Amino acid sequence: MTDILTRLLSGTALLFLVLLLAILYDGVDRLVHARMQRRLGPPILQPFYDVMKLFVKENIVPRRAIAWVFNGAPLLAVTAVLMVFLYVPMGSLPPILSTGGDVILIVYLFALSAVAMVAGGFASGSPYANIGAQREMVLMMSYEVPLAIVVTTLAYFAYRSGIPGEPFNLTTFVAMPLWGVAGWMGVLGLAALFVSLMAVVPAEVGKVPMDIAEAKTEILEGLICEYSGRNLAMFKLTFALRNSAMCAVVVSLFFPWNIGSSLGLTGAWLLVADFLFFWLKVLLLQVFGVTLIRTAFGRFKIWQASQFYWVQVGGLALAGMILLSLDLLA
Amino acid sequence: MSAGSHKTYRIPIGPVHVGLKEPVTTWLDVDGERIVKATVRPGSIHRGIEWMARERNPIQVIYLAERICGICSFTHIVAFLRAVEDAAKIEVPIRAQYIRSLVLELERVHSHILWAGVACYTFGYDSAFNLGMLLREKVMDVLEALTGNRVNYGVGTVGGVRRDLTPRAAKAVREMIEFYRREFQTFLDVVTEDPIAKARMRNVGVLSQEDAVKYCALGPTARGSGLRVDLRHSSPYEAYGDLGVTPLVPQDYNGEVFGDVYDRFFVRVMEVIQSLELLEKIVDGIPEGPITWEPKLPKVLSALKAADGIGWGIIEGPRGDDTHVVKLTKGEENVTWWKVRAPTYANAVSWPLMFKDQEIADAPLIINSIDPCISCMERILVSDARAGRSEILTRARLVERCREKTRRLMGA
Repeated sequence: MTDILTRLLSGTALLFLVLLLAILYDGVDRLVHARMQRRLGPPILQPFYDVMKLFVKENIVPRRAIAWVFNGAPLLAVTAVLMVFLYVPMGSLPPILSTGGDVILIVYLFALSAVAMVAGGFASGSPYANIGAQREMVLMMSYEVPLAIVVTTLAYFAYRSGIPGEPFNLTTFVAMPLWGVAGWMGVLGLAALFVSLMAVVPAEVGKVPMDIAEAKTEILEGLICEYSGRNLAMFKLTFALRNSAMCAVVVSLFFPWNIGSSLGLTGAWLLVADFLFFWLKVLLLQVFGVTLIRTAFGRFKIWQASQFYWVQVGGLALAGMILLSLDLLA
Repeated sequence: MSAGSHKTYRIPIGPVHVGLKEPVTTWLDVDGERIVKATVRPGSIHRGIEWMARERNPIQVIYLAERICGICSFTHIVAFLRAVEDAAKIEVPIRAQYIRSLVLELERVHSHILWAGVACYTFGYDSAFNLGMLLREKVMDVLEALTGNRVNYGVGTVGGVRRDLTPRAAKAVREMIEFYRREFQTFLDVVTEDPIAKARMRNVGVLSQEDAVKYCALGPTARGSGLRVDLRHSSPYEAYGDLGVTPLVPQDYNGEVFGDVYDRFFVRVMEVIQSLELLEKIVDGIPEGPITWEPKLPKVLSALKAADGIGWGIIEGPRGDDTHVVKLTKGEENVTWWKVRAPTYANAVSWPLMFKDQEIADAPLIINSIDPCISCMERILVSDARAGRSEILTRARLVERCREKTRRLMGA
């Protein structure tokens, strides 16, 4: 009983903190993006202002929308992404919740929030939202392939190379970084998997070059075209959270190193230092993996994105899988 | 998207749309992402400028003509002035012709850079858009140094220009040429070598050479389809006779011509570089002399009052041929009638062809690819509030009404 209560309390506190950090990182993203374009950019707290403003604005439900789906979708989307953080170990902090197949659950939680957005788009009763929802579905079907390959390969490698712990559990990867376990072929394979996972991130978070479902100059923000007020605020939170969540998962899988113990810290200070270091890694990954990419490229068309994920990224992930398997044999 | 069934649905692009600079509606019948049919419906921004001109004398109309377009404003007034000078048989001094060409080329530079930026923005390449806007500031500064204004320069007048090219301004122009030679290349590289930019523009919105002829495409739209048409070459006006302009077509650089958005993009960015060369020649070769035929306005006005006849002015604007026709009547101060045919009017006709079998994602890019200037184009407004009906005029009826009006105006 006390265990459940502790988890409930710590989970609530953590999610609140994560929410703030995700919005802050969104602000950093916008600022860095602007600076790279030689613009001044918004204040770093701008996303906070945006979200707070949207929460007090009128929530308009279009006449042709299916109201309960339309209103329910943002709630489901934001909840599903928030749940992801309950399964991610942050630094030396163990995850709040843990099962035998965390990584698979996380992949499904991402998919759930995307499906919620698609449902909201279809329920909007707007042709633009409809197209946006169709595109999001196609995009999902495309990037799930490399994503699945990466996740299963990592679990298989962890299992076969005899790393202690559940192979589908993020704590396993954090406890023993895979880079140290693998030989040179394995390291190459891991690098390939890392690159293909990073290629999936823009599509997961709906940023250029994969903001196809929200393309504002084509279909006027597509999916979220009809949303306003509280619902839009929740979608904004969803996008910010997806960005941080995706980067947090990548950090846990590929860059799990901690800083606290090497600094000789113990107790609460160790937890705090590792926690901060974890979020610093997330920030760096977000800046280099998302912000830089979205500054450097234009938007794909949906079939081009599909092709990119099935052929190029899928091929790279497969190459990584083969290299890691060869490494296990060697 | 759904296999087998081919149910199409309609989505509007416009009249107000993030990807468009000006209001125009395009109804797209789409099957999944594929465009089956496109119907272009202009008519959202008619302003009745030609009618307003009939209560003004030619000098006043200059400032009206300048406000036809916010980007190619000088193109419109030079076309108008040439029409008036043609009607009144006024000679423009050579120095004034050079200054007109100078401002026209500066305008072409800023228009093309603006367009290139907006095209990048349309396919989500915001960084290139911002870079383009940043580069464009330089030419805007030079225009301001030269004329005192950033957009509507107000330097044209009947029989010449109102501002001379001072040595300081000439230096600013030279500096600008150097600046663009240095900086513009990065923009060109960024966009033409970017794989996504190429994937988004290649084989999109194709207008074949035959169709470009058949549908009377003009300017960069026609040149992007491989037609060697350029009024600066085929019928030189102002100082262009001395400058030797050759039409810039993609096949001269890339070996082949696709007639797609990429080619139109390529033609425009290369024309910026061509314009820099022309600017250099203009600044080097500008002769000394007066800048107007007659500096005293009352004298000009009385000469215009005495003039009688129809004058034509056709020049190559940044978007294509801009045609102005003016009728002046002896003894009347005001312009009797004035007809403007902006390049978009001709280019917009080829929109439905370009839309064929493209995707929704391409639609705003295709609309933007001819660099539409909707408020330049819009001339016809049909409304009958009392009867409460809307009517679309057929071509035959329009021609008939047009002739009717012309006969009435000419007092026949």
